[in-house]
Amino acid sequence: MRPAGYLAASAALVACLLAGLVAGAAGIPVKGVLLALLDRLPLVSADPGLSPVEYGLLFQLRVPRVLLAALVGGMLAMAGAGYQGVFRNPLADPYLLGAAAGAGFTATLMIVLVDVDALVPLAAFGGAAGGVLLAYALGRTAGRGGGTATLLLAGIAVSSFLSALQAFAQQIKVDRLQRIYAWILGGIGSDWSQVRMVLPYAAVSAAVLLAHGRVLDVLSVGDDEASGLGVNAARARLVILCAASLATASAVAVGGLIGFVGVVVPHAVRRLAGGSYRVVLPLSLLAGAGFLVLADLVARTALAPAELPIGVVTAFVGAPFFVAVLRATRTADP
Amino acid sequence: MRLLRMAVAGLVLGLPVLAGCGASDPAPAASTAAPAPASPAATAGTFPVTVQAGNGAVTVAARPSRVVSLSPSATEMLFAVGAGPQVVAVDDQSTFPAEAPKTDLSGYKPNAEAIIATKPDLVVLANDTGGIVAALGKVGVPVLLEPAAVKLDDSYDQMTDLGAATGNTAKAQEAVTAMRQRIDTLTAAAPKDKKLTFYHELDSTPYSVTSTTFIGQIYGLFGLVNIADEAPDPAGGYPKLSGEFVVKADPDLVFLADTKCCGQNKETLAKRPGWGGLSAIAKDQVVLLDDDIASRWGPRVADLIETVGAAVAKAAA
Repeated sequence: MRPAGYLAASAALVACLLAGLVAGAAGIPVKGVLLALLDRLPLVSADPGLSPVEYGLLFQLRVPRVLLAALVGGMLAMAGAGYQGVFRNPLADPYLLGAAAGAGFTATLMIVLVDVDALVPLAAFGGAAGGVLLAYALGRTAGRGGGTATLLLAGIAVSSFLSALQAFAQQIKVDRLQRIYAWILGGIGSDWSQVRMVLPYAAVSAAVLLAHGRVLDVLSVGDDEASGLGVNAARARLVILCAASLATASAVAVGGLIGFVGVVVPHAVRRLAGGSYRVVLPLSLLAGAGFLVLADLVARTALAPAELPIGVVTAFVGAPFFVAVLRATRTADP
Repeated sequence: MRLLRMAVAGLVLGLPVLAGCGASDPAPAASTAAPAPASPAATAGTFPVTVQAGNGAVTVAARPSRVVSLSPSATEMLFAVGAGPQVVAVDDQSTFPAEAPKTDLSGYKPNAEAIIATKPDLVVLANDTGGIVAALGKVGVPVLLEPAAVKLDDSYDQMTDLGAATGNTAKAQEAVTAMRQRIDTLTAAAPKDKKLTFYHELDSTPYSVTSTTFIGQIYGLFGLVNIADEAPDPAGGYPKLSGEFVVKADPDLVFLADTKCCGQNKETLAKRPGWGGLSAIAKDQVVLLDDDIASRWGPRVADLIETVGAAVAKAAA
């Protein structure tokens, strides 16, 4: 991949971010938004001419929301690419291994039993990580040798089980169903503290995953070839799984369950830039960020001043794409 | 297994039917004998009575003595119309009045067998979830479906229905008249020409209500302008609003109906990103509602109207 490709992807992301900052339910003058952003740059001074309310709206509501959407989208897409590489399955996504079901269960439990809003992300994080760990442990012990197919099946079993637990838990306090569903359908908050909360996990998981692009390329050829090239396939898989799961868990913690980004974005990237993970991983990060910023933009403007759950928007775009990929990969199979 | 379950259900379901049939004949005697202290002639009403409920015309053969309510609003109405002593079980969300016999029955997910186990001779509910009306109908228990009111008149009608169905016609009439007069007085006294804007919050994410909802119409009685009405129709009567929009709209009054569920108040509102500058906070016009009163359409609607009226009067002053 030539630097020009990354440059184009970065420029597209910046355009998405700007679009996300300019549009919103409150209608802040576009020129004012742009000037206010310029004003925040070092060595630049501009008078945005915004009222204090508009200024507060921009920097306390819109900027953190757009950044959060970018972080969540980038992490989900990158984790999706990672999972697809580990499982050598083009339809693997961040939720396949029990992450979504685990997060759904623990978040529901938290809403039902304790009902402290601030603890829901923490519970979701624990549940997502726990779901993946459980699937991984089962996949290792249940299947001889722990092949990727066994792991996938364990993930499906764990997901069904945890979903059933969640359905059970939400019967405890049926009057909180609306809040549970609101969380499950996903939504990007607008809070700087959430941005700060997610940033370290995003940085660590991105660093690990991006460093493993070459390893994933080698793994895609086959385990024997990998060991011939001095790569410990089992260990590399575990590291990548952990990093992708960490990214997923933190994305779920702040955004709820946002489907399809992890499947859709890596595929789009692969179509445009080829199949090497050294390219797919970083570009998925950039494209996923841009995609979710746009999806969130639709979520908060399509019915403004009402908001749509972002999961509805991503599924609306993602589901048809998913089917298209399914058909394409099916015909490609021998 | 399934046969066995049906047999058991049949047995359980059969009992109250037999009991009901037996009771219907000596009903006049029983109704004069049992509530003797409460001047039977005036309050007993006439039976059989037919009431137009949400599930059509429902005939109650004799004055019910075992009423089960699966709706918090209906529970409040039953007690208001003097049917309290006849109520033997209410659902797990019915928190008012305190003497209501609260059980773990659920109105959201009604369990026919559990309801029948309380041997009801009248069941009142607000939602026909999972075919519960048909299920109870099969065993001959009269069921009044009294769905969520969409206007104040629905509340009055439902109270009248419940009075008739429980043999408390006169007391129900009194209660409705008193409620209507109190509400009319409260709304007549309020200044309506200030075009004050307001935001009613259902939960902190933030969900609100439009003027098409029951609660939205209550605010309409005071000539208030609902900021949530800008949400387009497809968003429904209970739109999730954009936080940005609420800040920009900067409503004169904020009514919080998520004080009990979610611990919201002026301070938590001020801590939300960007909300600190709301003029309703600065002018101390954040009104803490009782979640329960603000979500029911029973007689305590008058209390809600009083709270709203006081806030409007203060804001308009």
